[in-house]
Amino acid sequence: MNQPTPKLTARNLNVFYGAKQAIKNVSIDISREHVTALIGPSGCGKSTFLRCFNRMNDTIDGARVTGEIRLDGRDINGADMDVVQLRARVGMVFQKPNPFPKSIYENVAYGPRIHGLAAGRPDMDRLVEEALRRAGLWDEVRDRLGDSGTTLSGGQQQRLCIARAIAVDPEVILMDEPCSALDPVATAKIEELIDDLRGRYAIVIVTHNMQQAARVSQRTAFFHLGAMVEYGDTSMIFTNPVQARTKDYITGRYG
Amino acid sequence: MTARNAPLRAPTDWTSPAMAARVAARYRGERLFRLAGLGALCLAGLFLAFLLFTIVRTGWSGFQHSEVRVTVAFDAPALGIDPVVARGPAGVEAIRRADFNALMQRSAAAQLGPAADVVSEGAWLALRAAVLADRGVLGQTRTLWVPVRSSIDLIAKGKFDLDAPEVSRGVSNEDIADYRYLAARGLIRTDFNEIFVSAANSTDPELAGIWGAALGSLLTLLVTIAAAFPVGVLAAVWLEEFAGRSRWTDFVEVSISNLAAVPSIIFGLLGLAVFLNVFNMPRSAPLVGGLTLALMTLPVIVITARAAIRSVPGSVRDAALGIGASPIQVIFHHVLPLALPGIMTGTIIGMARALGETAPLLLIGMRAFVADAPHGLTSSATVLPVQIFLWSDDAQRGFVEKTSAAIIVLLVILLLMSSVALYLRNRFEKRA
Repeated sequence: MNQPTPKLTARNLNVFYGAKQAIKNVSIDISREHVTALIGPSGCGKSTFLRCFNRMNDTIDGARVTGEIRLDGRDINGADMDVVQLRARVGMVFQKPNPFPKSIYENVAYGPRIHGLAAGRPDMDRLVEEALRRAGLWDEVRDRLGDSGTTLSGGQQQRLCIARAIAVDPEVILMDEPCSALDPVATAKIEELIDDLRGRYAIVIVTHNMQQAARVSQRTAFFHLGAMVEYGDTSMIFTNPVQARTKDYITGRYG
Repeated sequence: MTARNAPLRAPTDWTSPAMAARVAARYRGERLFRLAGLGALCLAGLFLAFLLFTIVRTGWSGFQHSEVRVTVAFDAPALGIDPVVARGPAGVEAIRRADFNALMQRSAAAQLGPAADVVSEGAWLALRAAVLADRGVLGQTRTLWVPVRSSIDLIAKGKFDLDAPEVSRGVSNEDIADYRYLAARGLIRTDFNEIFVSAANSTDPELAGIWGAALGSLLTLLVTIAAAFPVGVLAAVWLEEFAGRSRWTDFVEVSISNLAAVPSIIFGLLGLAVFLNVFNMPRSAPLVGGLTLALMTLPVIVITARAAIRSVPGSVRDAALGIGASPIQVIFHHVLPLALPGIMTGTIIGMARALGETAPLLLIGMRAFVADAPHGLTSSATVLPVQIFLWSDDAQRGFVEKTSAAIIVLLVILLLMSSVALYLRNRFEKRA
């Protein structure tokens, strides 16, 4: 058995909001090839945990993170890690679709532009098209790239946000309940998309929809009250969980 | 029938007379409230209409003046001008030295008979302007319409009751006789007052104009916006995005709110103490006036800009941070463009207030009599509201209509400013 080196590792991670501890001593390895789902009842800290990986918790007043997170073995809180570059390498898709109030083209082009990833307009055009194709949005928007991103439907907006994250060529994509504001059809499209993106990017998805976790992920971590209760192959977690609390949650006894 | 299903009390009768009365009372209350609102609106509209009507009625004649017809022989030697020199590079200087006043007096005395003294003391300026505009006039005879004295002008405009006894009339019998003499011969007419829109202040009402004050206002506002807008927006950005929350920023916040409520004349004292006494800047200059008004406008801009920045949804910040935008990029690429319409509204409100401000400018010497339009930011100037104040204070009857006319100019500029602001705001909102 050769265990591939994990893309992301967390060791003894704690997050405090003021005096309240939101994450309690969590350690996890996240692999490059898989989609990893974080599940658990509302308020269990799974979104907070996700936001540690691209240091978005830095932007919250009073949030304090202890412990260690490594990306490819390098400490992301280390002095030699630039947080701006980290966020380009570890992209994020938010719960509510949040395209910029700019054109569809600009939404996708913004990231590559600020990071200097495209040389000239033709290069940028190619980059935008590629990102939109990978996000499965190209055919729907190719004739209206100048329209504002906010004129799209909710599901299209969310795929635009995914295209925007893809455009800066990240290694990891974090998704924070990306479908909770979408209807079932749009949700199905996003899930399909996640499946397409698997393997190219390490994907971590937070969801409180257990069917979704079962459908899109290969690895699942169950969070409860800030602690990681159980982490393993999705098929194992959903069919044969070790912990009683996991079993209770999976079977709908609480949460 | 079990005890559980037994009614606790009699069922509500929704059709009882008492209920109907309650409904009627509610409708009555709503109707009254709506009427009261409409009444308040009508009252406000009435006041506004009354205000506009009085100002326009009094001020309209300020845009007109009376002129008397004089035929002038522009005799170059008599004026002391060499026609050859006049056409050369030193011509302007030669023309400026010439005695047009004497020429004016001679022409008036010869043609207007007993009414020769109706001509304004500054009428000779019209002769000089004619020569300056066209040197070919020298050596020729031209018929010109030159301004008359203010009292004659007011008679022509019907501002006096000519049948009243002389003591209570406000104008002398001689002036009336002069006017009648001219009117009978068709030598006087009322025309658009180009002096009012092109000249600066004067001690003679018929020679006083609003242009100097308007230009002074413009220069002052330019200084105000150049100083207050960047400083105010940067302060707001820092307070909102970088300062965090501490005892210190709370103190700053309270101080700014208090500053916004400080009476404007206090800012005049501050301007006097700082700009004039410490930095020795020139008195009554648009530069100092603008900086003083900037101090006054700054808190308003900071407060509205902060509110506008705070109203930018956090999701936009998250989105930009999430793809690796630096905090400065987040602010300049996303937050400020979205906050701009709100910031501009606050700025325009501040500018409108600054345009109408009188008290602080009086303290830094902008109430001085300035007979020339300002040439730059450091030359002496006055501004529209101060000019209105000065004219309203003047004893001469001719300044009454000037005062109202100046108010019209001020209102028109205010209206223009808000229109531009509204247009820009809509444009930026659409783009965002």
